[in-house]
Amino acid sequence: MSSVDRQQRSRTARRRVRASLARRRRRERLFRAAGLLATAAGLAFLGMFFASLIAKGASAFVQTHVLLDVETPVAALIDPVDPVGQADPIDLIDPVDPDALVNDSLRELFPLVTSRNDRRQLARLLSIDAGESVRRALVAAGAEAGTRLSIWVPAAATVDMLSKGQLDPDVEERLRPLSDVQIAWVAQLKGEGRLKKRFNSALFTNGDSREPELAGIRGALMGSFYMLLVTMALAFPIGVAAAVYLEEFAPRNRWSAPFGRLIEVNINNLAAVPSIVFGLLGLAVFIDWLALPRSAPLVGGLVLSLLTLPVIIIASRAAIQSVSPSIREAALALGASRMQMVFHHILPQALPGVLTGTIIGMSRALGETAPLLMIGMVAFIVDIPGGFTDPATALPVQIYLWADTPEPAFAERTSAAILVLLGFLLVMNLAAVVIRQRMENKV
Amino acid sequence: MNDPNVIEPGGVEASADGPGDPGRRSDTVSPRSAVAEQITEFGRIPVGNVRCEDPFIIAENVNAYYGDIHAIRNVTLEIAKSEVIALIGPSGCGKTTFIRCLNRMNDSVEHARVTGRITLDGQDIYERGLDPVVLRARIGMVFQKPNPFPKSVYDNVAYGPRIHGLAADRAELDDIVHGSLERAGLLKEVKDRLDEPGTELSGGQQQRLCIARTIAVNPEVILMDEPCSALDPIATARIEDLIDELAEDYAIVIVTHSMQQAARVSRRVAYFHLGMLVEVDETDRIFTNPQHKLTEDYITGRIG
Amino acid sequence: MQDTTLLLSLTVLALAGFYAGRGRALALVGGPARGRRLHSLPGYYGMFLAMWCLLPPLTLLLAWSLFEGRVITLMLIEGLPDAQRSMSAGELNLLVNNIQNLAVGDAVSVEIDAVLREASSRYRLLQAESRRLLTVLCLGLATLGAVSAWRRIRPEFRARNRVESTVEFFLLLASSIAVLTTIGIVMSVLFEALRFFQQVSIVDFLFGLNWSPQTAIREDQVGSSGSFGIVPLLTGTLLITVIAMLVAVPVGLMSAIYLAEYSSQKVRAAAKPMLEILAGIPTVVYGFFAALTVAPWVRDAGEAIGLDVASESALAAGLVMGIMIIPLVSSLSDDAIKAVPGDMREGALALGATRSEAMTGVILPAALPGIVGGTLLALSRAIGETMIVVMAAGLAANLTANPFEAVTTVTVQIVTLLVGDQEFDSAKTLAAFALGLVLFVVTMTLNVVGLNFVRRYREQYE
Repeated sequence: MSSVDRQQRSRTARRRVRASLARRRRRERLFRAAGLLATAAGLAFLGMFFASLIAKGASAFVQTHVLLDVETPVAALIDPVDPVGQADPIDLIDPVDPDALVNDSLRELFPLVTSRNDRRQLARLLSIDAGESVRRALVAAGAEAGTRLSIWVPAAATVDMLSKGQLDPDVEERLRPLSDVQIAWVAQLKGEGRLKKRFNSALFTNGDSREPELAGIRGALMGSFYMLLVTMALAFPIGVAAAVYLEEFAPRNRWSAPFGRLIEVNINNLAAVPSIVFGLLGLAVFIDWLALPRSAPLVGGLVLSLLTLPVIIIASRAAIQSVSPSIREAALALGASRMQMVFHHILPQALPGVLTGTIIGMSRALGETAPLLMIGMVAFIVDIPGGFTDPATALPVQIYLWADTPEPAFAERTSAAILVLLGFLLVMNLAAVVIRQRMENKV
Repeated sequence: MNDPNVIEPGGVEASADGPGDPGRRSDTVSPRSAVAEQITEFGRIPVGNVRCEDPFIIAENVNAYYGDIHAIRNVTLEIAKSEVIALIGPSGCGKTTFIRCLNRMNDSVEHARVTGRITLDGQDIYERGLDPVVLRARIGMVFQKPNPFPKSVYDNVAYGPRIHGLAADRAELDDIVHGSLERAGLLKEVKDRLDEPGTELSGGQQQRLCIARTIAVNPEVILMDEPCSALDPIATARIEDLIDELAEDYAIVIVTHSMQQAARVSRRVAYFHLGMLVEVDETDRIFTNPQHKLTEDYITGRIG
Repeated sequence: MQDTTLLLSLTVLALAGFYAGRGRALALVGGPARGRRLHSLPGYYGMFLAMWCLLPPLTLLLAWSLFEGRVITLMLIEGLPDAQRSMSAGELNLLVNNIQNLAVGDAVSVEIDAVLREASSRYRLLQAESRRLLTVLCLGLATLGAVSAWRRIRPEFRARNRVESTVEFFLLLASSIAVLTTIGIVMSVLFEALRFFQQVSIVDFLFGLNWSPQTAIREDQVGSSGSFGIVPLLTGTLLITVIAMLVAVPVGLMSAIYLAEYSSQKVRAAAKPMLEILAGIPTVVYGFFAALTVAPWVRDAGEAIGLDVASESALAAGLVMGIMIIPLVSSLSDDAIKAVPGDMREGALALGATRSEAMTGVILPAALPGIVGGTLLALSRAIGETMIVVMAAGLAANLTANPFEAVTTVTVQIVTLLVGDQEFDSAKTLAAFALGLVLFVVTMTLNVVGLNFVRRYREQYE
């Protein structure tokens, strides 16, 4: 090939490269834009997700209350059973029907409302729990006869929605849960300063309820708490022990190598088995075969333990693997047995990684729903569970139950419960991040 | 201080606090300044002659930084149209960084920055609007470790022509592939294995495949970054023969650790030390009669 | 409470055993000063004794608690009059429930008669008897163990090795739980599924085009064929999964590419963990979002362009499921891209390839096995995902490929069949296990193949 020929070919090549440039630059820009768009879409979804949750759920942390003036009944003081006033004040007030006190107070506020039907409508502005609030307030105040007390009682969910702007008063009357006259009364209460949004403590102190304004997540939180306690007590020690065995003690000769592969594949596969299948296992083994109680945090915790075990084992193995071999050799060279080497030297070094993995496993367990449906933790449970075998539900299941409720007032409470759940998950994951960072700093 | 646009024929003076264009330089305090003094105690560097007849690539006052690290200090060097120039020097002296400046491979390294002026055939390659794609089609590069793509031998060689649209049809592409493999002295060995993965060839064959891949694009310059350091002596000898043949048509800039290799294949040699160009000269001259003490130390094996 | 007392006394016994064992070992060689004449550290002798004192009764306690309920129930049924014993399984079950409720003072669903009262007092008696027996046996075992261990302690006795091999045994036991879980899953799902196939032909199940398990509730129709055809469930699952993958794979892959190739380090450091937040959000939250936000939005959007969209359309569930899977695809693709050696990319760029050409022409083909493996894992996740579809997909088993219609999935049907009270003999309940078997087999195949892809791919470049 002559030099001239080569220069000729080189020039041709350069011309063709230039000719291709415009098309290639356009494709490059498109490709880059597609990547940016994909990343932005993922982040935008995340933002939208949290924005909509907060927008929907924030209002559930407050609840509309109505201020009632209640006169402490004389009846309470002349209780014949306890003339000297020794008994618990609760017993003293019981003879008086607190609902009647509420009605009296309403009559005072709306003297012009007289018809039986209207009075019933008026009472519906307040939560059915209003009487109970009044009773509690009277007891707390020490209830001296004849004194007037101003008490904030929860409003009905419909009034709550109206005052939060979730109910459109311009809709045709028969299509909305509040009548025109009821809306007028609410406006009057508001004008008198007797309508106010206060912190919704019921959300955190009550169990589930059919009434939105009374429904709380305390029961679900306790259920989740007991479950995680069981999971933690089982999955953490077993997971770490399994990881230690597989990394340090499992025989590694030619005969057992395929066996080791099998365990490896088995654990990795188990980590990817759909959680609902674990629910089926729990149902068949724990409920049907072992006759453990349904809906119990104990069984939920057992199922979640099996579910999180692979996560903890995988993380712990990785943490143990990352301990430097020189520590191993140094310990063995000093005459430590393998067991002493593991428990005195390797595990303390691997602990941060193990803990991080455990926390991530626990946070996965906290958000898990499907397997709990299989073992009967979806019941409507008002009572707050007090132990491992009490019927209970869990926070994510509560979210599922509320999301399924047709009552529109539950929508914001569902969002609020989700925010609480995400808050817990955030704290757990932050803890994992902090531990991981500490570990990295130490090394 | 020198005007960056006017290069004195004898070279430029390197000083501890850095010469060149003060407006373009950011770090004036360098941890290496003590060593730099040692380099320059001999006087002005580089010694020898950075100029050549009919220069094709001209690098003037090139500085390169990786973050805070000043990897190339004020290097000026000319490279002719068809010559083999070897860059030698101890590890970390900036030889590789320097050739990566020539085809702008440092662009994709985060925090990397290059100042100074490099022209190819009279055109500034760092000019705004110049597409590195065009530049790299003209300046090919062969890497230290053979890096064939995980594709067939044929597709490896055809990759460049395909992306650049160099072949109008399949027949022309076949021609380019066969021609390039022939040129790289590989055709005979792989004629019947064109559909097998390039990664299954031997190390030396892989490196020749990479050379074939590079010349398939019809470049004018080939940069070689220690192309034989991962190969056995026989494969090395074949590559060196190949470089000899290619030298007829291409300007070749080869970075090497081996002084024997530099002596065997190159017409000129440039000695780098700690990011500075210390000495440039005809190969014979530099190996028989080095001017700078550091060059002499390196050649006689006192610096490794 | 009794359990706690028992556990507490066992702990005290074990502690006492520890000090006794250590003391005996030291006494045998003549005091702490000459402790070096012992084979192991004195503490190991203590641990050895404590172990023997604690482990046998604890094993018994565990086994007892697991089987106590069943045994007592059996004994209770044995003692019932013949009239009650010949009742059907369901009625008997109800009766036993009532007896137990009466015994603990809970509400009872039938009138309390003499039989019930007698049985419940017998139940209480059995329970008390069982507890007493357990306590005696446990404490007896503990003493027995302690004494026999005590007598084995000699200066040359290799206590450390004994303790360590016991610990090792427990470590082995722990690691076998993972295997046992898999076996448990297979067994429980398989056995119930086989019972199901005794009632419904496996051919009808696998190839039937009609799914309506509700008809089986009527006693006279139990096992009626034709209503347990799984095909519409499979197509429904497939439809939603395909939609999810159409969202997740392009978005996940492209964002992984963008973050690996184009974005600055700062953007990458911020965006990656943020995308991973998506993976940590519980699926029930996605389900809520799908049902309350995305589904109405899809329906409105469909109506706006004149389409008839079901309120529980496959599209809404699929879209949200796709979003859920984005981080999985993204992080697995990122791993695969990162595993391709950097000099491939450099080689392509040095030939004059643009970044996108280097990516699509060299890096992605090289990373393909890893990406395919990751996609299979994502597919498995989508198929097994439950809460999103339970909340946002329908219940009706429509055989359709129209994403605007409502379809149902395997997981939705499992939940529907099993939530609420179940009779373990009805075809309806057993069908859920048959579905579970299908789900397990499909996802396990995808997992094993996917993991294998990923592993082999990693080894290729290591």
